[in-house]
Amino acid sequence: MTVTDISPANTARNISYALRGIILIAVLALALAPMWASRADLRLFMEALSFLALAQMWNLLAGYTGLISVGQQAWVGLGGYFFFALAMFAGMPVLLAIPLAAIAAALVALPTAWVAFRLQGAYFAIGTWVIAEVFRLIAAQNGALGGGSGISLPVEIAKSLAESRNGREMVMYYLAFGIGIASVVLVWLLLRSKWGLALTAIRDSEPAAEAMGVVTRRVKFLIYILTAGVTALTGAFIFLQKLRITPDAAFSVNEWTAFVIFIVVIGGLGSIEGPIIGVLVFFALREIAADWGSWYLILMGAIAIAVMLINKRGIWGAVQVRWDVAAFPVRKILPERSRD
Amino acid sequence: MSTILALDGVQKSFGALKVADNINFELADGEALGIIGPNGAGKSTLFNLIGGTLPVSAGTITFRGEGVTRKSAAERCRMGVARSFQIPHPFIGMTVYENLLVASNFGNSGHHDAEKECREILARTGLLPKANRPAGTLTLLERKRLELARALASGPKLLLLDEIAGGLTEAECESLVDTIKDIRDAGVSIIWIEHIVHALTAVVSRLIVIDFGRIVAEGVPDRVMKDPLVQEIYMGISVDDDAA
Repeated sequence: MTVTDISPANTARNISYALRGIILIAVLALALAPMWASRADLRLFMEALSFLALAQMWNLLAGYTGLISVGQQAWVGLGGYFFFALAMFAGMPVLLAIPLAAIAAALVALPTAWVAFRLQGAYFAIGTWVIAEVFRLIAAQNGALGGGSGISLPVEIAKSLAESRNGREMVMYYLAFGIGIASVVLVWLLLRSKWGLALTAIRDSEPAAEAMGVVTRRVKFLIYILTAGVTALTGAFIFLQKLRITPDAAFSVNEWTAFVIFIVVIGGLGSIEGPIIGVLVFFALREIAADWGSWYLILMGAIAIAVMLINKRGIWGAVQVRWDVAAFPVRKILPERSRD
Repeated sequence: MSTILALDGVQKSFGALKVADNINFELADGEALGIIGPNGAGKSTLFNLIGGTLPVSAGTITFRGEGVTRKSAAERCRMGVARSFQIPHPFIGMTVYENLLVASNFGNSGHHDAEKECREILARTGLLPKANRPAGTLTLLERKRLELARALASGPKLLLLDEIAGGLTEAECESLVDTIKDIRDAGVSIIWIEHIVHALTAVVSRLIVIDFGRIVAEGVPDRVMKDPLVQEIYMGISVDDDAA
């Protein structure tokens, strides 16, 4: 006779294992996607993986340090423009120009943080938006990069990735795969480290975190710079894939911030799992409802409000109310017995 | 004994409202001091000023001979000032053990063996059976104990306790008093705000009475509690009634 343990703790453990299994299979399937997916599917995956990275970064910033930025398009746009500049004018190889564009954007984030951190709460949010608008206007003034009408990436640069169209798409796909997966792994490693304790403490109670010795200002500053850099890295890739950049597309608040906030909010703020769920929901909705015109946006808004009314921490938050599950374990467990 | 904490002319105003008005006192190293006063008298505000959660409007605060008036709460914690919050502020998404790890990693506790230290503190505060539970699942009383445990995990030299005995049964209160006596006897200086006067006087050797943001009485507990002014403002017994 087999004994089945149906205690809540055991159910939660089984769900956690099942989730990890699903994630592993999904990662493997994505790693092998060029072998089974159509060209259109690959493009969709690339976009989803890019949004996964953007969502993980926005979540790290808003979900953990409580810094609500509505100006993440600043870093997507800067990443894209720096990449175009480095590749076109400095003649840098594409695979070097992308990370350098990210570093350049992170350097710009240093003085930007100094300005933005003077503001708090809603004022910080508005401040980040204003800063992104300033960057957009500067980009539009830059004649060398096409000013307001933008610029296309010369064919030679795209061809430097690979001669054939298939080869290029392969390189681009694995770039997207790398960025998407790396963003999750980065957040996971961060949350498992000593800094994860600080971040989670700030998420749960900023005054208590500060009173327990966490220098909350410094943690917030470092996370702001880190998320700016990784967001810019993603931006550089996005505009490599698009092969064309304009100020309005690069610094679009709708595309790079509103959709990202939607993803994180419905998936679950303040968790690694949330943004992943959010990306799945967002792209599923878009595939189903993309032809509905404005109704599609209204539907998205309605869903976001409905999810928040059920649980402030989104779909993943609602799951966690029921079961104490984690697809990405970050908990530190006190062993039952001491070592000595 | 040397002085661990000194407040000199400390003031805090919110607009026209003075919540701390020319507060002066010293705390000796290893001393346990009790603070009493009616609700809204400015007791918790005083802790916010000593702990660095609020900046002072005027005056200076010295901790272990060093001026800390302009230092942040985190810096003061790293120097050895730890506090509990009157309304518990647990890190609800973390386990009880992780709550202590935050304090032990970022506070003043020299990182000897965080796991062993936290285990001892959890045992001492009766939270060991809940160590791996999310703090959000704790009852109010357990959350108050967690406030004490977390403050201890930061390795304090000065412990600020804000009404941690409220709502306890007589037996629980006695065991809490024993725990705090142990902490005091281990050499940690303590300032304890508490309404339950008999618990307080079992631990502290001196009392300060605060009303309207001012120190209105100070001294050994017996004498302070017999002070007619204290009886009037704190116990609600008017001096006239007494005379009549």
